Amino acid sequence: MKISIERAALLRAVAQAQSVVERRNTIPILANVLIEAEGDTVTFRATDLDIEVLDKAPAMVERAGGTTVSAVTLHEIVRKLPDGALVALSEDSASGRLTVSAGRSTFSLATLPKEDFPVMASSEYATNFTAKAQVLRRLFDKSKFAISTEETRYYLNGVYMHVADADGGKVLRCVATDGHRLARIDADLPKAAEDMPGVIVPRKTVGEMRKLLDEDDMDIAVSVSETKVRFATPDITLTSKVIDGTFPDYTRVIPQNNTRKLEVDASEFAKAVDRVATVSSERSRAVKLQLDEDRLILSVNAPDSGAAEEELAVAYGDERLEIGFNAKYLLEIASQVDRENAVFLFNSSGDPTLMREGNDTSAVYVVMPMRV
Amino acid sequence: MPALCRDCLTRFDSGPRCPSCRRPRVVSHPELWDLTIAHMDCDAFYASVEKRDNPDLADKPLIIGGGRRGVVSTACYVARIRGVRSAMPMFKALQLCPDAVVVRPRMQVYAEVSRQIRTMMEEMTPAIEPLSLDEAFLDLSGTARLHGAPPAAMLARLVRRMRDELGLTGSIGLSHNKFLAKIASDLDKPHGFSVIGRAETQAFLRPKPIRLIWGVGEASQAALERAGIRTFDDLLRWDRKDLGARFGSMGDRLWHLARGEDRRRVTRNAPIKSISNETTFSEDTGDPEILDGHLWRMCEKVADRAKARGLAGRVVTLKLKKADFTLLTRRHALSDPTQIADRLYRTARALFDQVPGAGPYRLLGAGLSDLVPEAMADRAGDLLDPNAATREKAERATDAIRARFGEGAILKGRALR
Repeated sequence: MKISIERAALLRAVAQAQSVVERRNTIPILANVLIEAEGDTVTFRATDLDIEVLDKAPAMVERAGGTTVSAVTLHEIVRKLPDGALVALSEDSASGRLTVSAGRSTFSLATLPKEDFPVMASSEYATNFTAKAQVLRRLFDKSKFAISTEETRYYLNGVYMHVADADGGKVLRCVATDGHRLARIDADLPKAAEDMPGVIVPRKTVGEMRKLLDEDDMDIAVSVSETKVRFATPDITLTSKVIDGTFPDYTRVIPQNNTRKLEVDASEFAKAVDRVATVSSERSRAVKLQLDEDRLILSVNAPDSGAAEEELAVAYGDERLEIGFNAKYLLEIASQVDRENAVFLFNSSGDPTLMREGNDTSAVYVVMPMRV
Repeated sequence: MPALCRDCLTRFDSGPRCPSCRRPRVVSHPELWDLTIAHMDCDAFYASVEKRDNPDLADKPLIIGGGRRGVVSTACYVARIRGVRSAMPMFKALQLCPDAVVVRPRMQVYAEVSRQIRTMMEEMTPAIEPLSLDEAFLDLSGTARLHGAPPAAMLARLVRRMRDELGLTGSIGLSHNKFLAKIASDLDKPHGFSVIGRAETQAFLRPKPIRLIWGVGEASQAALERAGIRTFDDLLRWDRKDLGARFGSMGDRLWHLARGEDRRRVTRNAPIKSISNETTFSEDTGDPEILDGHLWRMCEKVADRAKARGLAGRVVTLKLKKADFTLLTRRHALSDPTQIADRLYRTARALFDQVPGAGPYRLLGAGLSDLVPEAMADRAGDLLDPNAATREKAERATDAIRARFGEGAILKGRALR
């Protein structure tokens, strides 16, 4: 294999590859990126055996072929090359080295045979649809903060993407929860997505996929089977196994009869929560909300370190209520609100609280209170 | 040279026998009146309590431990002559000493006796650091005027009281720091009184093997041996910097210990770091029902102890020992610390379910660590487990019933498995 490729295209492909490969590996070739050249394109493939990313880039191919080299090393090299450089990659099968040269710099990298590179088995996808990048971005960006990191509940270590019934008909829905808070985000159902099986997209896949979604109007091809999910742009294809487990019935968790309504400016609220939480040194900082006629008092009382209180003018018309929350959870859900006021719906101080943006029910958050 | 009769507490100026009671149990040392840090270690504590309470056992080799499958927790001195040691597997102990009487430990009795000893020590000094039920460090600095007697005399009086009032013997190590006091108490067991003074510290330590250091186990010993360190003499030859570079924080401590220096204070109530409980089964089992019953009981005991101390833990640990003695431990950090047996059990159970293979196992244990005060625990509910709050209430109610009507007044069905 011998090719020349622009640094920018190479950098993008290798950056994507190196973030997929696991830093610590017992199988050496999994640290490598598979580079294959044919016609006038070169493809870069990297995998951690759960996720596979394939990136195509245009290149001048002098000699077709392929090899594998350390994704991290290649990325570091390309990153340090000057902007606009033309990079030549040439494989010497006799020495088993890949020579990388640009300008006056030359690098010689150890390779492993491409035949040993594990390629993810292709599978049949029951559902194929396209969605705009901005639609997927909203679905995942607004839900991913609630993904659990608890390995004992592995089925919560991802975003549950499925088709659901909402008030206005069927929707494409993403749900994530860690048992303390839950995010439920809806989008219009794309054509041909009606029969999509519900899948749990793992946390790492959500992070990798996010890199495909920067251009608002880009069409993303989504393919879903019971075991795999694939997101593709014209250049990049990301294939991932889904979490093999059953996502719990989250509908029971979403309170239906919370009637005590608080309306507050989300960013003022978040700033106030952040300020009062400063005095607490505990890992789970508890903030107390005291609600009374159009008045909200936020307070923290940490016996060892101090106390803080702040009052906010809000819209609240129900009876007095005192309820505590983990400050971090309040901040995270409040930061999801960007257009209108945050609307909180409470029941009692022991019951889950619901939060949404204005009257928009396409993004709903639930947070469990804590004893204060 | 100052001397003290350990029987009648007469202080005199050296001699093989007490001038007042003519008995030979005399301790003499040039620094006897000046040393203040002591370590008191009861002699074969559990076994001595059992022999005291059941005189039939007095002359028999006695082993305290759990069943045929457990380990020896204490062996009396008769059994020790036959080679039985603490922590030895019971089957091995019984090979060495087939006529031994094995008695199951009665922890509550030992705890009560321990409290009685503690009360006696409290009369001597507030600076007591218990290491377990049967041993403690005492700092008697500055108490000579109060008691009208130097620490050595007070300590001799303590063991005499233990013998007279409780029917138990203990050994005293007296020195100028904890490290040496602990070594000293072991020199003249049982019913001993050993003194390591400042003047002879270096000479005493030099030829001794470094395994004398409390906390240097087999692994550290091997690491030290690789560096050519077997005795304190070897250790003395090392430069402080080199020790630090090779052994990290332990290196600096070793450098000081080599010189008989130990600046740790005798601290009352060193905070507990973890609460755990484990059980060795009478026979290996892979039966999920039986294991589940054991797991529940272990979790309940841990939770009971946490509640009794007003503590809760963030990290749940599951410990399993396979039939071939390989040890498996699994940990899980909770986002909300707990002292509730139900939560502890459910977390440990999830860890258990993720262990590949079905056993059989010989031991199971559960523990809580990363402890916090109970006020900071069990504050957050679980969205996905709305019944957790109800179960917690039921557990608190159960606790109240047990507190009033006794341990067995109410049990979970799974406790009977």
